[in-house]
Amino acid sequence: MRIFKLPALFTAAALSLPMSVHASEADLQKQINELKSRIEATSEIVESSTGNSKSHTGNGKTQIGGYGEMHYNNLSGKGGASDKTELDFHRFVLFFGHEFSDSIRFFSELEVEHVIAGEGQKGEVELEQAYIEFDINQDHYAKAGLFLVPVGIVNETHEPPTFYGVERNPIEKNIIPATWWEGGASVSGEFAKGWSYDVALTSGLDLGTSGTAKVRDGRNKVASASAESLMTTGRIKWTGIPGLEIAATLINQDDYTQGLGTKNAARLIETHAIWHTGSFALRALYASWDIKGQTSGYDKQSGFYIEPSFKLSEKVGVFARYNQYDNQAGDSSQKGEKTQTDVGINYWPHPDVVIKADYQNQSNDNNQDQNGFNIGVGYQF
Amino acid sequence: MYKLLFILIMFTIALPGWSRGTYQEPADFLLEIFQQKVPKAKVIWLSGEVRDKATEILTHKPRSLRVRYWANNEKSIWVLDEIGKTEPITVGFVISDNKITRVKVLIFRESRGSEIRHNFFTRQFNNAKLTQQNKLDRHIDGITGATLSVRALTRLSRLALYLNQQRLKK
Repeated sequence: MRIFKLPALFTAAALSLPMSVHASEADLQKQINELKSRIEATSEIVESSTGNSKSHTGNGKTQIGGYGEMHYNNLSGKGGASDKTELDFHRFVLFFGHEFSDSIRFFSELEVEHVIAGEGQKGEVELEQAYIEFDINQDHYAKAGLFLVPVGIVNETHEPPTFYGVERNPIEKNIIPATWWEGGASVSGEFAKGWSYDVALTSGLDLGTSGTAKVRDGRNKVASASAESLMTTGRIKWTGIPGLEIAATLINQDDYTQGLGTKNAARLIETHAIWHTGSFALRALYASWDIKGQTSGYDKQSGFYIEPSFKLSEKVGVFARYNQYDNQAGDSSQKGEKTQTDVGINYWPHPDVVIKADYQNQSNDNNQDQNGFNIGVGYQF
Repeated sequence: MYKLLFILIMFTIALPGWSRGTYQEPADFLLEIFQQKVPKAKVIWLSGEVRDKATEILTHKPRSLRVRYWANNEKSIWVLDEIGKTEPITVGFVISDNKITRVKVLIFRESRGSEIRHNFFTRQFNNAKLTQQNKLDRHIDGITGATLSVRALTRLSRLALYLNQQRLKK
């Protein structure tokens, strides 16, 4: 029995050996596949838990961002103008956004200007944007809430790394007047390749009844602002060639006294062009207000600037800017014309961080000039 | 007139919303490029030196551990996401012979800068190659007001070319 059993056992073992090897390979393959699935599943969990956005929080639908800038001004006054030697953290801004759904989202911008706000302090806390955006279809969307007026170059895009010069240009400060936000509703979109539009109905200026108001002083900032007379804004923009933008904005308000004085209209026409080609860029802007019923030349407030710039490298750019504006342009005897020439340099150690320096030279009709240099640092994220 | 404008704007807001900016679903892009015969997706893991280089190109750490791609003998397709200002932009790249042959913005979720989807902008990337320093071999003219979106698209194009090089080394 033993004699017959041994060969049978060997035969059985020999027959079963390749099957065992085969079974091991199959097991191994099964294990490999299982491991692959587990790695895939783990990767998906890890990726989803890290989010898919640079500043998303929680469920990934709320975003934060911001920008800020600090300035050092060293200016000498002449002809009665004051000296200015000061260091100021001019703006500290935080963005908060939230996506309610694929087609409805919220965006806001909260700003602290000049560091400390409160009674007797120089600073302000301001809500510059807070609106809901609704997609209408693929090419058109609407906004409702408090948003930036679609006008000029700097008013909507004013993060420090995006422009030259420590201080913003004086035309978009004194004529447009940036940063300018109003409350209301708007529709925007593209109507042809490279052509976009904005139409807005919002609160407007309150220039009072003095008849001698600068436009910048008429901003209500949507702080319990009178809405007796609303403002309409229409902008058309063409960006059909890479590097080129041409835009025009018309603004109309039927009564800038908000019902407190004689009904008179204020109208702004603004147009600008931006051209980038290679390392060279050019910005030019013109803006002019026609304000009925104002006196002492304040019925016309206008200005323009032209700014060529050149990128010496990816991180360094130089610019020159010629600015001219007049808040009393309706009467040349008022000596309201102001001229400022700036030359300077921007250094971007990172695309979102900038260090700036410039020299400004004024030549104002009233001979009250502030000349000197400015240094600044800014960021966005 | 104000009332009419107000009613018009409110009416448009009240309309049922369609998502803005989905210009082509990634799956449809693949079907179009591969003429209905889409090869099986493959994966490149972003680890070690590949992860370091991807981080350098994106200027931040990649948000995924691996990247899927689709390839046949002639070309590879990469569908990549990158944030412009606050939202991810989804872009499809077709690469052949280490050159970009097509760029298509598939989904644009940002509020501003959607002009980057147009052919007049994306055709600047046609035939773009990567230099030794992993930069594009050409200057890309931007679009004013869309600076962050242009930067995002440029970073993605460099990443797609770099990952394609790594695919070929395998």
